[in-house]
Amino acid sequence: MLTVKGVEVSLDGAPILRGIDLTVAAGEWVTVIGPNGAGKSTLLKAIGGTLPYTGAVLINGIRSEDLPRRKRAQLVATVAQQPVVPGGMRVFDYVLLGRTPYIPLLGRESAEDAATAERVLSQLALSRFASRALETLSGGERQRVFLARALAQQAPLLLLDEPTSALDIGHQQEVLELVDELRQTHALTVLATMHDLSIAGEYANRLVLLADGATVISGKPEIVLTEELLHRHYRAHVRVIRGDFGPVIVPIRKP
Amino acid sequence: MKPARLSFWWLGAGVAAVLAALVLGVALGPVSLPLKDVALELLGLDNNLNPREAAIVTQIRLPRVLLGLLAGSMLALAGGCFQGVFRNPLADPYLLGTAAGAGVGATTAIAMRADDSLVPIAAFAGALIAVISTYLLGATRNLILAGVAISSFLTAIQTYVLQRNVDTIREVYSWLLGRLATHGYAEVKTLLPYAAVTMIVVLALRRELDVLSVGDAEAATLGLHPQRSRLILLGAASLGTAAAVAVSGLIGFVGIIIPHLVRLVVGRSYRQILPLSLLFGGAFLALADLAARTVIAPGELPIGVVTAFFGAPFFILVMRTTKAVSL
Repeated sequence: MLTVKGVEVSLDGAPILRGIDLTVAAGEWVTVIGPNGAGKSTLLKAIGGTLPYTGAVLINGIRSEDLPRRKRAQLVATVAQQPVVPGGMRVFDYVLLGRTPYIPLLGRESAEDAATAERVLSQLALSRFASRALETLSGGERQRVFLARALAQQAPLLLLDEPTSALDIGHQQEVLELVDELRQTHALTVLATMHDLSIAGEYANRLVLLADGATVISGKPEIVLTEELLHRHYRAHVRVIRGDFGPVIVPIRKP
Repeated sequence: MKPARLSFWWLGAGVAAVLAALVLGVALGPVSLPLKDVALELLGLDNNLNPREAAIVTQIRLPRVLLGLLAGSMLALAGGCFQGVFRNPLADPYLLGTAAGAGVGATTAIAMRADDSLVPIAAFAGALIAVISTYLLGATRNLILAGVAISSFLTAIQTYVLQRNVDTIREVYSWLLGRLATHGYAEVKTLLPYAAVTMIVVLALRRELDVLSVGDAEAATLGLHPQRSRLILLGAASLGTAAAVAVSGLIGFVGIIIPHLVRLVVGRSYRQILPLSLLFGGAFLALADLAARTVIAPGELPIGVVTAFFGAPFFILVMRTTKAVSL
């Protein structure tokens, strides 16, 4: 589904990513972890096509920059870390924006586009908010609406940049369960970034640990989430406990 | 559920406002004419107007009202468009230096006693230079501040040109305050082609403005070319502004008030704001012109004074009674 080869990004001359290689198979959930400033969001933006990079990003084997914008938007949907909330826009109209790649230049939304938006809203239990203004919703509801817009794009690859950072622990689980369920029912491929390591490990098939713009290790959560690696790259003192769905990371105060 | 769109009723209300402004603007004046006969005359039907009155309608008042409709619709449409492009509800043709640039161009043309048909072209050149300078200066930093700086600079140039050509100062001064003086249909014909281009381009891209409201990065992930759309819309709105400024001078407030009102009363989608700004902006300016030429008749107020007189207090009222429009 997605192949990233030697991707490098510099901002104002400072290297942010130094040659990232990554493959994500169709249907897989891969989560990128790493300390602040490791380049997680930058990697997602490069893959999403909103940051210039060198190297190659292949989507279904085609170089991302060779895809017309609309075609790419039909294949890749992104939920930004802090999406812009347009003032006064109804939830329904916001979700309909996800249909943009399917609407011809001078056209308008078809009945089918509206039906898709309605279906997504009902799947995410958002139907009752449809005619409310987006900015009046709570953080957890908004996050579901952001996700709804991305799902309305009906793109097989979903990029989620810190989808849960604004949510309390219950809403984090709710949103991630939802993504996982949708991944299975809609055959989605998910590439996410996340801060909470236990939760990252519980939902992802594979984790990629990024540090200082380079990949440290990539593999099953059990391999990546080790006390030694987390100490070295996060400078964190943690205990890793085996949990039912993957390693559980408990921060421990410095001895 | 239906997507946010222009409802049939609001479209009808806009058209009705334009027609009402048209009939009132033509009927009222130093010689008042019966509304019914005026309406019939405009439709080319039999009526009770004598030939002299009919000539007042078709040769004197109609071109002036049409000019007001066109100039008002351009200023309001350009204002709405700028607000969408810059995601700032208080953006208008004046903010970005567009109007000041058009002003310098037109002033220079008038001062050099150029042919009247050259004035809009000079104004457009000035508006484009201004908007491109603003864009180049501010694209990566602060566009609005760049616009303010460019505006001040251009106003300085304009004052210089004015002082160097004292003989034309009266003419330029009356133009600066806004005027809808017409000589038959010449001004209408000058403005029409520019207005048509602006209207077609801006209205064709109205949905893109809604998408741009989520910001450039997200709009790009939805399949747009945000920079390209922005530039096209800026160019079209500048063209409309320049053409309106060239034929009618500097008329303020239309570009802010009308789109703002539509946003408050009808909805926040640019598919509602843009077409309705076009209609209500035209009607508003035609009616403002009616006030300008009747209030101190037989004298005449500059129309820019009328729009400012009604516009500024209204604008303050709107600002005070509604919470800040966030974008």
